[in-house]
Amino acid sequence: MTKAIPVRKFDAIIVGAGGAGLRAALQLSEAGMKTAVLSKVFPTRSHTVAAQGGVSASLGNSEPDHWTWHMYDTVKGSDWLGDQDAIEFMCREAPNVVIELEHYGMPFDRNSDGTIYQRPFGGHMSNFGEKPVRRACAAADRTGHAMLHALYQRNVRANTQFFVEWMALDLIRDEKGNVQGVVAMEMETSEIVIFQAKATLFATGGAGRIYSSSTNAFINTGDGLGMAARAGVPLEDMEFWQFHPTGVAGAGVLITEGVRGEGGILRNSDGERFMERYAPNAKDLASRDVVSRAMVTEINEGRGCGPNKDHVLLDITHLDPEVIMSKLPGIREISIKFAGVDPIKAPIPVVPTCHYQMGGIPTNYKGEVVVGAEIVKGFYAAGECACASVHGANRLGTNSLLDLLVFGKSSGNSMIDFIKSAPKDLPEVAMADVERSVARVARLDNQTNGTNVNDARLAMQRTMQAHAGVFRFNDMLKEGVKKILEVEQMVKTTMIADKSKTFNTARLEALELENLIEVAKATMISAEARKESRGAHVRDDALDVPETPNGRDDANWLKHTLWHREDNRLEYKPVNLQPLTAPSVALKTRSY
Amino acid sequence: MTTQSVKFRVYRYDPDKDAKPYMQDISVEVDTTTERKLLDALVKLKVVDESLSFRRSCREGVCGSDAMNINGKNGLACITDIDTLKQPIEVRPLPGLPVIRDLIVDMTQFFKQYHSIKPYVINDSPAPDRERLQSQEDRKELDGLYECILCACCSTSCPSFWWNPDKFVGPAGLLAAYRFIADTRDEATSQRLDDLEDPYRLFRCHSIMNCVDVCPKELNPTKAIGKIKDLMVKRIS
Repeated sequence: MTKAIPVRKFDAIIVGAGGAGLRAALQLSEAGMKTAVLSKVFPTRSHTVAAQGGVSASLGNSEPDHWTWHMYDTVKGSDWLGDQDAIEFMCREAPNVVIELEHYGMPFDRNSDGTIYQRPFGGHMSNFGEKPVRRACAAADRTGHAMLHALYQRNVRANTQFFVEWMALDLIRDEKGNVQGVVAMEMETSEIVIFQAKATLFATGGAGRIYSSSTNAFINTGDGLGMAARAGVPLEDMEFWQFHPTGVAGAGVLITEGVRGEGGILRNSDGERFMERYAPNAKDLASRDVVSRAMVTEINEGRGCGPNKDHVLLDITHLDPEVIMSKLPGIREISIKFAGVDPIKAPIPVVPTCHYQMGGIPTNYKGEVVVGAEIVKGFYAAGECACASVHGANRLGTNSLLDLLVFGKSSGNSMIDFIKSAPKDLPEVAMADVERSVARVARLDNQTNGTNVNDARLAMQRTMQAHAGVFRFNDMLKEGVKKILEVEQMVKTTMIADKSKTFNTARLEALELENLIEVAKATMISAEARKESRGAHVRDDALDVPETPNGRDDANWLKHTLWHREDNRLEYKPVNLQPLTAPSVALKTRSY
Repeated sequence: MTTQSVKFRVYRYDPDKDAKPYMQDISVEVDTTTERKLLDALVKLKVVDESLSFRRSCREGVCGSDAMNINGKNGLACITDIDTLKQPIEVRPLPGLPVIRDLIVDMTQFFKQYHSIKPYVINDSPAPDRERLQSQEDRKELDGLYECILCACCSTSCPSFWWNPDKFVGPAGLLAAYRFIADTRDEATSQRLDDLEDPYRLFRCHSIMNCVDVCPKELNPTKAIGKIKDLMVKRIS
């Protein structure tokens, strides 16, 4: 029997205080809704802070641009797996949300006429794929930092109520499946509290930490996905993970695509600009999946650089040092600190590194969580933890920050409408999920022997890295499924020796691992099942023949995966090829 | 793989079991090719002793989580090279703030001061349909100001902040105050100056420049504070 757990009541709960959570919070707070934002870290420490290159919007400040071109690029980038209604919504809203952000005080760089500075980026083209266009709105190479701080600052102005260093443990659903809130733990005291609200938004970010080598922060542990999966919500398209072409070799730290946008070139051990062979038109600014595969191919064929021939070089030594200092100062700092190289003088060693999760909690473009044909009442998701799906099988650079703004805002609006229409009084909290959550913590507190958390996490990360990387192989995927299910057993018996009630980070890491493993299973099982190559998911047995160009099999696989935690069941749902108002972007073989 | 043993003296305190803080001598093996930063070593240390508690997130110097006192000087563990540090490396929590546990401090007072300067653009003029235009020169005024990551290295190295954390805004908060004063889109300069015209809030800064010395982002709060003081003088004369 659970002893009385305090209940705190709100109109809205937001879990996560990165870009999506803060944008949604602003919408709710400014509309006068009583809103609680829970975050494991102080808001400006959220991983949005690490985004560098820009946020896309067809402002056309330097040259003509149009949201329909942005939409075309996004559909093509997604390898046609993105839902075109959501993509239209995002690209059409982009100029509005970016201008709003500027009004909030975002310190964008400027053109000589005082408008927002825009730079070229991978896959951003004008006139339906014709030639590169300047669409990425940037604040030097610290766009995410500038954006996250601007959003936090605006929330300070709006008096948003933050619960800083609170970790949400589980979603609470009633007998009908409607969402009532979350169970959460205050990290400083280990106190467990029920947060109840009419509407709950997950904006918990990605789970890149399922891989050993990742650009992601330590906190990116897929907490929202773990909570959703445990509460019976399926996860969509989890086989699609973006490997960013330019992580610092050995360190994993991100080097923005904006470096190539400003003129950076990738070179192999022969000094060759090899992207000319793989993407004759877009070259170094082809889509990320294309560039990452080209790099791995170069390395596999013996043209890697360094003593172990295990990376390639990103060269900007030909750029004006002034441009590097003013447009890429953060990159120079990272390169000096993490690669020991001043990029003004020598090229940066880089290697494809796990970066972004295209899949997530299934939602529509309003941020409502959708399972089958049904909306899960009271439940919303936005940002990297959600799958609207705008990124499909491969995300375009700068569409992630845009996603946060557009869907953070639309979720906030949907929540406001829902809260206004909901009965004034909150019902009794259903205790089944609460008790399961309390039991998970109790198990860790009582377990006196078992698996070391670090060992289990390493086993998971190594399995994901080896079996579900840039190139995937049928036999390795099959073996990967077996191995990840073994790791799951390790996670069930993790043990921590530290039983302190004060800021117990060992316990937090154990709880985070229980979320990560759900994401890892979803990824491996979904990847093994998808017998084609599309976007970031590329496997050896999907043949590049006329019926399935690049291995993409639209006849059988133009559909979204849904993984259910219960019995690891997979089901599929159709891709929405019908935009809201624009003509559909017709299926086509993808080349850059 | 080459390994190296790194020696530490770490500040430890868990109010659940320790009557008072103590220094723990401990060493850890690191792989010198991939584990070159202090944070890498601390993460390794936590594998040896999982009870060691510290904050960390981005591990690339942009989130501001892992500020601590390293061999007597405040800095970020994630961008501090192990081989630049004298061993045993003495690691303590940021000075002047209450310790919650080990290297984790209570930052309430620090954020309270940051919030006190109204850290947002104040502009009551109706917003245009497009962006508010700003010249490149005016935008340049924000460089060296907006990049602050709120790690608190500066404020917790400042004696004036140690003595009066409730009254003196501190270097981080004042840097932010000037960031908004300097922004051509902000219309509240005089209100902001009024708010800082106080023997404590601004004028406890005695320009000893500890803040500049420790800032991991190489920002210069002392310079920003000087500019605020200049503006105050200007508006009197």
